[in-house]
Amino acid sequence: MMGLTDEAPTVRMLGIGKQFLGNPVLRDVDLELRAGEVHALVGENGAGKSTLMKILAGVHRADAGTVELAGETVSFGSPRQAQAAGISIVHQEFNLLGDRSVAENVYLGREPVRRGQVDRKRMEAATADLLDGLGERGISPRTAVRRLPVAQRQVVEIVKALSTDARVLAMDEPTAALADHEVELLYGLVNRLRERGIAILYVSHRLREVFDLSQRITVLKDGELVTSLPTKELTADQLVRHMVGRPLEALFPDLATETECGPVRLAVRGGGNARLSGIDLDVRAGEIVGLAGLQGAGRSAVARAIAGVDPFTTGSVEIDGEQRRIDSPRAAIRRGIAFVTEDRKGEGLALRQSVRDNTLLVRRASFGRARGLGALDLAALLRSVTLVSRGPDQEVRYLSGGNQQKVVLAKWLAVEPKVLVVDEPTRGIDVGAKKAVYDLLRGLARGGVAILMISSELPELIGMSDRVLVMHEGSLAGELPAGPEEETVMSLATGHSTAEAA
Amino acid sequence: MAAGSTVAPPRAGKRFATVLQPTAMVYLALVLLLVAGSVLVGIQGGVLLDQGGILNILTRSTALGLVAIGQTMVILTGKLDLSVAYLIGLCSLIGAETMAGDPNMILPAVLLTLACAAAIGLVNGLVITKLKVNAFIATLGMALIIRGYLESVYTGPAGDVPRAFQHLGYDRIGPVPVSALLMLALAAAAWWYLTRTKGGYHVYAVGGDEEVARFSGIRTDRTIIKVHVLCAVAAGLAGLFLASRLGSGAPWVGVDAGYDLESIAAVVLGGTLLAGGRGGVAGTIGGVLILATLDTIFDDLGVTPFFKDVVRGAVLIIAVALYARRRGLHR
Repeated sequence: MMGLTDEAPTVRMLGIGKQFLGNPVLRDVDLELRAGEVHALVGENGAGKSTLMKILAGVHRADAGTVELAGETVSFGSPRQAQAAGISIVHQEFNLLGDRSVAENVYLGREPVRRGQVDRKRMEAATADLLDGLGERGISPRTAVRRLPVAQRQVVEIVKALSTDARVLAMDEPTAALADHEVELLYGLVNRLRERGIAILYVSHRLREVFDLSQRITVLKDGELVTSLPTKELTADQLVRHMVGRPLEALFPDLATETECGPVRLAVRGGGNARLSGIDLDVRAGEIVGLAGLQGAGRSAVARAIAGVDPFTTGSVEIDGEQRRIDSPRAAIRRGIAFVTEDRKGEGLALRQSVRDNTLLVRRASFGRARGLGALDLAALLRSVTLVSRGPDQEVRYLSGGNQQKVVLAKWLAVEPKVLVVDEPTRGIDVGAKKAVYDLLRGLARGGVAILMISSELPELIGMSDRVLVMHEGSLAGELPAGPEEETVMSLATGHSTAEAA
Repeated sequence: MAAGSTVAPPRAGKRFATVLQPTAMVYLALVLLLVAGSVLVGIQGGVLLDQGGILNILTRSTALGLVAIGQTMVILTGKLDLSVAYLIGLCSLIGAETMAGDPNMILPAVLLTLACAAAIGLVNGLVITKLKVNAFIATLGMALIIRGYLESVYTGPAGDVPRAFQHLGYDRIGPVPVSALLMLALAAAAWWYLTRTKGGYHVYAVGGDEEVARFSGIRTDRTIIKVHVLCAVAAGLAGLFLASRLGSGAPWVGVDAGYDLESIAAVVLGGTLLAGGRGGVAGTIGGVLILATLDTIFDDLGVTPFFKDVVRGAVLIIAVALYARRRGLHR
């Protein structure tokens, strides 16, 4: 049944080349997708992954090379033609209407019609069948999508793609919007699709997913094929080296030495609110403290409380040894607390404004001239965060995720914070940009900033933190020194053990 | 078999008003208003809902209802049509002047009027979709153009509506005007179109998210043009109705009644989201009836027009605030 090699590939892309305005973005790339196989496509942003995917899905037309579907050469002029041939995309950003029902979304633009009316019964029955087929019985076709949790919206998105009888499914960062426990659900779904003989092209920045799910990995770099190997024959280290030309450990800068750590800058004593209780923590100048825990354990709630978004209602907060009342983001900012939120596009940036306006946003909003901040050299600031843009006038929505995150960081650096709280600072950005963010954070710590860092990616949290605090159900479950084992963190996070409190 | 009952988390203890669908809220508010109005008018020795009162409310509702039905479709796609008020005046003139007192000209006049209205809606739609002009500006521009034409050509009422056509405006069955029934029939047709047909589904999709609609293979431009044509035709019908009431065409009949902003107010009062994608005709008719009832109550009470406007404004703001709160709770 699983004769992977003797069967002809479902899709064969040969010698694909593509230019945009004279800039080559793909050169001579080959890709083969087989029925019942998950094929991971990895590479940094700008490596050409999405262009390749869009050529497959009929959004772009290749300048060179051929695409074969089941042995026949095809050339799609539009996504509709590709869809009709059985190739569907699951988009990174949800393509769903919140106010419409699941069934209405699945059949959007292709509603079945009977005697002049939309055949709602048939539409809902067919949607229910598709959901059943994926083992997703918890979703009613009549529910408004707005009322579904994010993971189930992802399922709806996949059902929408499948409803066209897809034989080939291209998934673009399907977990970008999902929480950890939701990712598990997606794994099950992808595996069921694979068992049904669908060929899956899986684009992701998360290496763990790539190894958990795929049978074959293709690496692109600068528009060229680096390698294409069975997943079994690769290790994470090799993969990262293929992608960026560096090994994995080299991504993380050195930890702080004892002499680099100064006095306590941020102290929370007995902090609590509706979601938190008894939070005691210290962050010293020059130190990066990691905050670990399962989704929903209250990591983000701590960050939002310190930043004054959802303030502590009990306990006290001290900055540089002085007790401060922090009841709004403005109060927090004026005390020197900066907060990089996990929702970069929703809460971190004014997407339609320029790099300059975003960078100066906090500075203009919360500080008068009298605050004693020196003149700001915008160009130098943007250089220091290694931003790549067309200039300070470019709207940030046109930047890559990594560069957007650099703008968010620059926005906070512009006000020279004492305490920096970062929530998922590398979510959805490529390996190269991750490295840049790591270096930036460590550089800030060296400059005396106290950093509290939250990340769902444990290797990242462990690699970056001088100390790790672990949360469980709204409280701190324990503290671990630098470089703990993942299992130790997880057993604290799941409440299986309690470590000695600091 | 309520939609979503299987998945939606239980929301026990939510206050009554926040649980109801907007449409139900509108009609509940209408009933409360009728009760309160009856009491208030009764205290002053009058009767709100006698034959004259019902007739008054329904007559007031007819022209506004016609415009608001069209406006609902436009707003559901996330656009606005500000040209309807002047268009109503223009259409009343085209109708009355073409009829020129000749009963044989009724049908050609109606067809010509609606064709002109449709043409103006088409221009609106094309300007918005092809020239990428924001709907607010595009239709405001169209309003100014029509106003300029009306001001340069007309100084007052013109044309003559034959007696046969005036029946449309004045005939009634009991206390119910025939024209109000026609308006409700049009509302029913619009409701059917929006909730049952593919085209209607696409109206909601375009208003919900134009990009998502486009990526799903919907020809969003066509949908937007279509709703603007339908809205203009609805305004044309309102113009014809007003001409039959007045016996002639009147350039400022639409503007004086403020049908542009009034129709938007009725739609929003009826629970349709100004941003589009959510709402419907049923709520709009409720909104129209509320506004007409308020007017009738105030007339019966002899309240000054200034106070009237204050109350109408307050009602509108409170209604939208309630909807916003309800939406917030469901996030």
